[in-house]
Amino acid sequence: MSENTLAPSQLDQRDASWYVDKLVQILMFVGGISAIIFIIGIFVFITKEGLGFLFEGFSFTEFFGSINWRPTSANPTYGALALIVGTASVTGVAMLVAIPFSLGAAVYISEFATGRTKETLKVLVELLAAIPSVVWGFIGMSIMNELIIEVFDVPIGLNVLNAGIILGLMAAPIMTTIAEDALKAVPDRYREAAEAMGATRWQIIRQVIMPAAKNGLVSAVLLGVGRGFGETMAVLMASGHAINIPTSPFDSVRALTATIAAELGETAQGSEHYGALFALGILLFIITFIINLAADLVVRGIRKK
Amino acid sequence: MTARFAATELNLSNYRTERRYRLMLFSMTAMLVLPVLIILGILVLKGAPMISWEFLFEFPRRGMTEGGIYPALLGTIFIVVVDLIFAMPIGVAAAIYLSEYAPDNWLTRTINLAIINLAGVPSIVHALFGVGAFVIFFGFGTSILAAALTVAIMTLPLVIVATRESLQAVPQAFREACWSMGASRWQTIFAVVLPNAISGILTGLILEVSRTAGETAPIMFTGAAFFLPFLPESVFEQTMALSLHLYVVSTQVPEVPEALPYGVALVLIGIVLIMNAISIVFRSYLRGKKKW
Amino acid sequence: MVASETRTKVLEVDNLSISYGAKTAMSGLNLDVYENEIFGIIGPANSGKTSFLRAINRMDAFDTNMKVSGSLRFMGTEVSAWRNAYALRRQIGVVFPLPVGLPMSIYDNVAFAAKLRGVKGKAAIDEVVERCLTRAALWDEVKDRLDSLGSQLSGGQQQRLTIARALSQEPSLLMLDEFSIAVDPVTTMRIEDVLKELKKEMTILLVTNLVQQAERLADRTALFLSGSLIEIGETGALFEGETQDQRTKDYLEGRFG
Repeated sequence: MSENTLAPSQLDQRDASWYVDKLVQILMFVGGISAIIFIIGIFVFITKEGLGFLFEGFSFTEFFGSINWRPTSANPTYGALALIVGTASVTGVAMLVAIPFSLGAAVYISEFATGRTKETLKVLVELLAAIPSVVWGFIGMSIMNELIIEVFDVPIGLNVLNAGIILGLMAAPIMTTIAEDALKAVPDRYREAAEAMGATRWQIIRQVIMPAAKNGLVSAVLLGVGRGFGETMAVLMASGHAINIPTSPFDSVRALTATIAAELGETAQGSEHYGALFALGILLFIITFIINLAADLVVRGIRKK
Repeated sequence: MTARFAATELNLSNYRTERRYRLMLFSMTAMLVLPVLIILGILVLKGAPMISWEFLFEFPRRGMTEGGIYPALLGTIFIVVVDLIFAMPIGVAAAIYLSEYAPDNWLTRTINLAIINLAGVPSIVHALFGVGAFVIFFGFGTSILAAALTVAIMTLPLVIVATRESLQAVPQAFREACWSMGASRWQTIFAVVLPNAISGILTGLILEVSRTAGETAPIMFTGAAFFLPFLPESVFEQTMALSLHLYVVSTQVPEVPEALPYGVALVLIGIVLIMNAISIVFRSYLRGKKKW
Repeated sequence: MVASETRTKVLEVDNLSISYGAKTAMSGLNLDVYENEIFGIIGPANSGKTSFLRAINRMDAFDTNMKVSGSLRFMGTEVSAWRNAYALRRQIGVVFPLPVGLPMSIYDNVAFAAKLRGVKGKAAIDEVVERCLTRAALWDEVKDRLDSLGSQLSGGQQQRLTIARALSQEPSLLMLDEFSIAVDPVTTMRIEDVLKELKKEMTILLVTNLVQQAERLADRTALFLSGSLIEIGETGALFEGETQDQRTKDYLEGRFG
């Protein structure tokens, strides 16, 4: 029966589908803000558990200035400096390895590779990204360990270099993918204009495309650094267990993440040690939050120092 | 008389430079991706001898130095399933919100920032959160539920991003055509947008499974245990898991035969790589079946 | 006393203004559209013609940038006062400039709006599909392949499919926005014939950039220029030069636009 014969007021009825639509809108909104709820939740809960330590055993100068992380000694000290330097050194080596290689790979895949080669390379990069962290850690402990001992003739292979290379290989795929996207986003007309002026492929890349993709490339590096800072299992298994400030890449170190993973199981809930580990967690959260914020702002064109 | 173009000195030197850079970049790329193949090769070589029916389907014996990894394998599956139950609906809903409803304002930008951060928070911090929130505050104790929830929140961004991309790939013209006929937002999404975004949703699901199966830190203190004599009977119990098994077997169990950890690593990476391969093949299959 | 015949007004527009952020697309529009007429709207690009159509069927609900003020009554009620905007849109059929075939079977394309209306049962839907495809002059070409994808038809067929979809709504108002720009001349002619037939059952709002098309089809024609209504008149009279505004005459004679 045609609706035409009904008066407008009879047509204008809120039916079941109208209410379903409104309900769905609410559900989708809840799903949408879930990410915000979870991030806030993470910060709230790790702070809650670390509060005890922060108000009692925490001393700013000791935490950031002392290398004595001795939570289980008779007079426990919670100097996180060595851990921070440990994380930084491993991440530093990782970036030395990852940045040139992933940028180089991104340039190659996006500007030179074609057809099947390009597809294969992209698949391999994707598979590289899929390898679980614990498997990387295992590789660090077994293959890389032996390799380093052999090649460099050092007594221990679990050190900054080992964890650094492993971490570099772990961070590289994300950096490559994001850098690739940034290079692909450079409009073709830049390339065409440069070609028309007689520039070679390499000149175009170095002088036109890379500067134009600068924001995305910086963001890729920042996200790689973030990944390095946050990695847990691989660093735990490959960097050794010595809590000290490394003087050479062959020294063993302990990272922030690894410390939490190694010690949490042996703490009693609510104890000072327990709280101190959560404090390390808060520190990690803040650091990675800043790095991700920076990466996001850079991508949106606003420079962050 | 035909004109002849002789290559100038500049042309030749440019050509040589170009070739050199191209080669250098190719080798850099190769050095990045070769490790995958080398690692796989070594794992297969050293781990394959361990793989057998017993290995996969028996319980470990003699302090993990003999027997199989069955409970760990099953445990990983349990965690993945419970994880999916939470992560898929929330992730897909979030993606639908971002793609179909969200206006371009500060709230949407904040949501996007939160998603990037969720993915960027270190896995051990997620573990700390899981302990504080699910094990303690909500009282689930160390359990499959707590572990699965923790991993679900950590891997949520994967589902959201993959789903959102495929939703946004549906042309706006289809939505406008449906809206003009009087279809509600939801009717349009259900009838036209979602069915054409299934590829992204499935990709997100596969990536989710693959990532969850491999994670160790988030489940270490929230529900996974190293040695349990029996299989869990409910989601409120602890379970073994492949990833944790690999960690402990390679770091904390003495007198382990060399091949054992390689075997576990091989099974773990095998699962992960097969899932990713399925996703890749699936995506290229779908590319050939475009509907518009 | 002679009873004067008052025609029902399908649309009554009073001082309508439309803007997108800082940009004004339309200001101070006043016009009425009567039942069963073909009302033509002509004018160059960016005159506000499309914005006007979008305000009528409340598409501003989907566009947070678009602000509509003033009075716009459809079937006697303010469009902004309709409690169920979806029901409003079901009453109005729209044909866009670019043909759109939804990525589902041809059958489902046409059945879509019928199901929204509440038509149930395969027989009833079959009947709607055949009737609408026939009236849209598409049935003969597709009757043997109703299962094939609507999005893979040719442009002209997709445009007729769009018309079939609009007809399946059994609308009281059909709005066409430059329907012929992406369609071949033969199909355009066929659609124009269809419109002449449809006039008997519904009201048609025809926005077109082809001045001759308005001459062929519209009973009355309005000229929009840069967001304002310049003139409305009987089509025949306007095209014979009986214009009240010099700009109308210039536009009809092709001197700009």
